[in-house]
Amino acid sequence: MNLRRDVFQAIADPTRRAILLLVASQAMTAGAIAANFDTARPTVSKHLQILTECELLRQEASGREMIYHLNPMKMKEIADFLEPFRLMWEARFDKLEAVMKAYQAQNEQKS
Amino acid sequence: MTQKTTVEAAEGQHDLFINREFDLPLSLLFKAYSEPALLEQWMSTNVRKLENKAHGSWRFETTDPQGNIVFSAHGTIHTFLPDQKIIRTFEMDNAPFGVQLEILEFEAVTDRTSRLRMHTVYETVALRDQMLKLPFRQGLNMAHNRLQEIVSQLA
Repeated sequence: MNLRRDVFQAIADPTRRAILLLVASQAMTAGAIAANFDTARPTVSKHLQILTECELLRQEASGREMIYHLNPMKMKEIADFLEPFRLMWEARFDKLEAVMKAYQAQNEQKS
Repeated sequence: MTQKTTVEAAEGQHDLFINREFDLPLSLLFKAYSEPALLEQWMSTNVRKLENKAHGSWRFETTDPQGNIVFSAHGTIHTFLPDQKIIRTFEMDNAPFGVQLEILEFEAVTDRTSRLRMHTVYETVALRDQMLKLPFRQGLNMAHNRLQEIVSQLA
């Protein structure tokens, strides 16, 4: 389906990142979200549509209004892209810590 | 839970930051970077040369059990301030990654804990992203602290 949006393209936009930050603190209606931006309402709606299509936001109907929630699982999925690189350093630094603790213990024994 | 090691890599930039808090006094953390015998242990490589001074140079080499060199890298040391700062270059031999500038800042958190902030500058954005093995071109911007906080709370 060509309408499906790339999630990384979605968060490459600063306004969309700002929307995610807003909704992260609490679920909000489209109107309440739009009130936080100088951008025209249809532009904000378009951003909300993109964020919803790539599942970073979830919609929930509340009367005539639509409430937007953050989808934490999708956010985690994004973070995981840096994860292999981070884990490599984590392992390396864990080793550094272990090596130096052994060294410290050895030196304390001597003194 | 807060992660001990964090990586900040802003979209479209040719650098990145790696932060880590250690359960080690500052002097020991710095020693891990300046004593060849200790460096060899945690980096799992052989230190062929390490001149800890401005205008000094360094060379690491890793060999397999047959004695073949499987990894070698070298660089120049620009700044060496004990327990504070190391500025050096890093270049892997026979690899298409270019040269990196590394700025390492060491600081004490408490008497028993310390922090390292490593700033790595790559020649180009493409080289940095290649290093991160990012499978996309227009990447994410996890440098946004609040987003990063939210995500790390989920982990």
